[in-house]
Amino acid sequence: MANIRTMTFDAVIVGGGGSGMRAALQLAQSGYKTAVITKVFPTRSHTVSAQGGITCAIASDDPNDQWQWHMYDTIKGSDYIGDQEAIEYMCQTGPEAIFELEHMGLPFSRTEEGRIYQRPFGGQSKDFGNGGQAARTCAAADRTGHALLHTLYQGNLKNETTFLNEWFAVDIVKNADNAVVGVVALNIETGETVYVKSKATVFATGGAGRIYASTTNAHICTGDGIGMALRAGFPVQDIEMWQFHPTGIHGAGTLVTEGCRGEGGYLVNKDGERFMERYAPNAKDLAGRDVVARSMVLEILEGRGCGPDGDHVYLKLDHLGEETLNAKLPGILELSRTFAHADPVKEPIPVVPTCHYMMGGIPTNVNGQALTIDGEGNDEVIEGFYACGEAACVSVHGANRLGGNSLLDLVVFGRASGMFIEQQLREGVELKDASEADIEAAMAGLNHLNDSNGGENAAVLRAELQTIMQNYFGVFRRGDFMQEGIAKLAALRPRIKNVALSDKSNAFNTSRIEALELQNLFEVAEATAITAEARTESRGAHARDDFKERDDENWLCHSVFFPSDKRVGKRGVNFNLKTREAFEPKIRTY
Amino acid sequence: MLNVSIYRYNPEVDSEPYMQDFQFDTEGKDIMVLDVLEKLKIEDPTLVFRRSCREGVCGSDGMNISGKNGLACVTPLSEAVKKNKLVIRPLPGLPVIRDLVIDMSQFYAQYEKIQPYMINNSPAPAIERLQSQEERAKLDGLYECILCACCSTACPSFWWNPDKFIGPSGLLQAYRFLADSRDTATEARLANLDDPFSVFRCHGIMNCVQVCPKGLNPTKAIGHIRDMLIRTAT
Repeated sequence: MANIRTMTFDAVIVGGGGSGMRAALQLAQSGYKTAVITKVFPTRSHTVSAQGGITCAIASDDPNDQWQWHMYDTIKGSDYIGDQEAIEYMCQTGPEAIFELEHMGLPFSRTEEGRIYQRPFGGQSKDFGNGGQAARTCAAADRTGHALLHTLYQGNLKNETTFLNEWFAVDIVKNADNAVVGVVALNIETGETVYVKSKATVFATGGAGRIYASTTNAHICTGDGIGMALRAGFPVQDIEMWQFHPTGIHGAGTLVTEGCRGEGGYLVNKDGERFMERYAPNAKDLAGRDVVARSMVLEILEGRGCGPDGDHVYLKLDHLGEETLNAKLPGILELSRTFAHADPVKEPIPVVPTCHYMMGGIPTNVNGQALTIDGEGNDEVIEGFYACGEAACVSVHGANRLGGNSLLDLVVFGRASGMFIEQQLREGVELKDASEADIEAAMAGLNHLNDSNGGENAAVLRAELQTIMQNYFGVFRRGDFMQEGIAKLAALRPRIKNVALSDKSNAFNTSRIEALELQNLFEVAEATAITAEARTESRGAHARDDFKERDDENWLCHSVFFPSDKRVGKRGVNFNLKTREAFEPKIRTY
Repeated sequence: MLNVSIYRYNPEVDSEPYMQDFQFDTEGKDIMVLDVLEKLKIEDPTLVFRRSCREGVCGSDGMNISGKNGLACVTPLSEAVKKNKLVIRPLPGLPVIRDLVIDMSQFYAQYEKIQPYMINNSPAPAIERLQSQEERAKLDGLYECILCACCSTACPSFWWNPDKFIGPSGLLQAYRFLADSRDTATEARLANLDDPFSVFRCHGIMNCVQVCPKGLNPTKAIGHIRDMLIRTAT
């Protein structure tokens, strides 16, 4: 018998980062009983690490800027598997969402006219690629994520959202209709396990960059929502699409914003050559991130890397001058001095492409409703289940996300999810109660872990997983290597299922949390591996040595990974723009 | 081998806290204190601490490192080790939950007390509210606070009166909203702080400034609030 306490809410949001808090804010303002379950205090969420800004056509830098140009850039950046309806919604609604944040107090940097400061970022253009580089990324110095996250937390305090801080969602509770009716969650401080019951469960659980050994992501980015969804039998979409950010600090992995290149910085190889001029003659250092990351790796592979091992390149900023660097990129100065022991005012920063962002995730529509695919290949809404932010795949990023679009994604779709749920609740949502057995089913994984005797150390297993992903599923991929990687993961699965939990105590037991996180990481890694091997083409961030070309005939579509039989299916890309003709796929050059 | 001495307390097992000694091989590298803790946790999974971003922006891993409050993830051993010894304790002055994890409720309660959100009830324009570069510059050195609590838990006035004195972190944020040209609640905010404890328990000893991992200056902000309070009173 599931002998645990039940807490009941109208809506529960799992994750206290940008998208979760934006959704929560919407619901708290509506008066519905809303709770945010977050495994860290909200302002410790990974949104805080976003630096360069939030891209949106607010027409501050260029009074003639148009959201349609931003839409075009985003579709092109996605290598044409971003859903055009969702991208249209994001780019069109964006300005409203940005102005709301500003009214809430977000301390944006300013132009001389007192408007929000915008800087150039990669993949941005005017006039549908014909008008040169745009400056469309709204910034609060190079601490935009921090400013945004704190502002959203403050907004939620003002609206009295209930926060279950330092609670960890363990697994999804489904009822007899396969609808989602809440989660089992663990109070980290006390160890108490609770059934958190809700009419709407929103997964805003962020990314899973920790599947790789080298990542810009925080320790907490362990794909908990993806792991839970897969264990519950729900599919994930485009999960093979991982962005490697061109500029992670060599060795440490910490992010150096694309805004550095937006402000005029550039990459050089060991000969001091500005090599991006060769790979992207027009956009140069501000080409799409996938393009820049691949160019860097090629420079390194061809022997033009920097340092004693020739395993990185340099990001040059010193020519911008100390005053500009202090004003525009103060956080980067601090990070570089701390983690690279290099002062950008005087010397270049050693950088290397580093895992940064999960383009894939739980498939949703623009209302945040999570989807599955029925036997006939049609979308089917999963009742009671929503996702937004990095955990979701709505999909606005397709095969490659543009810089500054993640923050926009999370505010626009956090907000959209909140608004839609509010409407659903108003109309009256009736979901069957979970039975004892349903709750018991969601407790199974945790019970298994708590009963563990023996098994291997979580940190050791985690390192092994990360090494496999790094070696077999990195910037460049190849079929036979990937098959090897998949076999290694299959051998790892039982060992991770039986991970050791030697510490059985209740009070703030982070060993228990890390073991659960490891199991989530594994689910994400396996789905990534199997899907990457299945997509026999190169598109966006997915670059294969054995299939070098984009294959629109077979793969102009989403991949969908079904966990029950580990099958990879396909799902059509949405080309239904409301305001104009769809953008047809073109060869993507910068 | 480096001697690492760590404060341990598990309420389910220990009747009282104790210091546990570990030997740690740095392999001659100047790594961060957080890296040391992560590696020690592999050997002893019962060791508990908070961490998230590991780059000094999330504020999770504030702790007392060889006598000084700081963030473990951005404190290199070269700054923290004295006589081949590294001593790690929880931030002082707040209740310990387990090992290096403190109960921060009182700290957060003081933050909430200052109404840490924009108040402006005039109808919002269709675009952003305009703010000059000079006005915006007044927020620099204030909005960057990461709520790590290094400052407030280094402050004797906060130790004595954590329920009544807002503390340096909360006051820095109070001033962040007082200084914002877009906020219209200056009078109410000052009235809310106008008592013998909230602000005036600061004796200007500047422990907060010394420890702030973001290089912020709460003492200066508190000075500005005092000035504003005095001006309102006369």
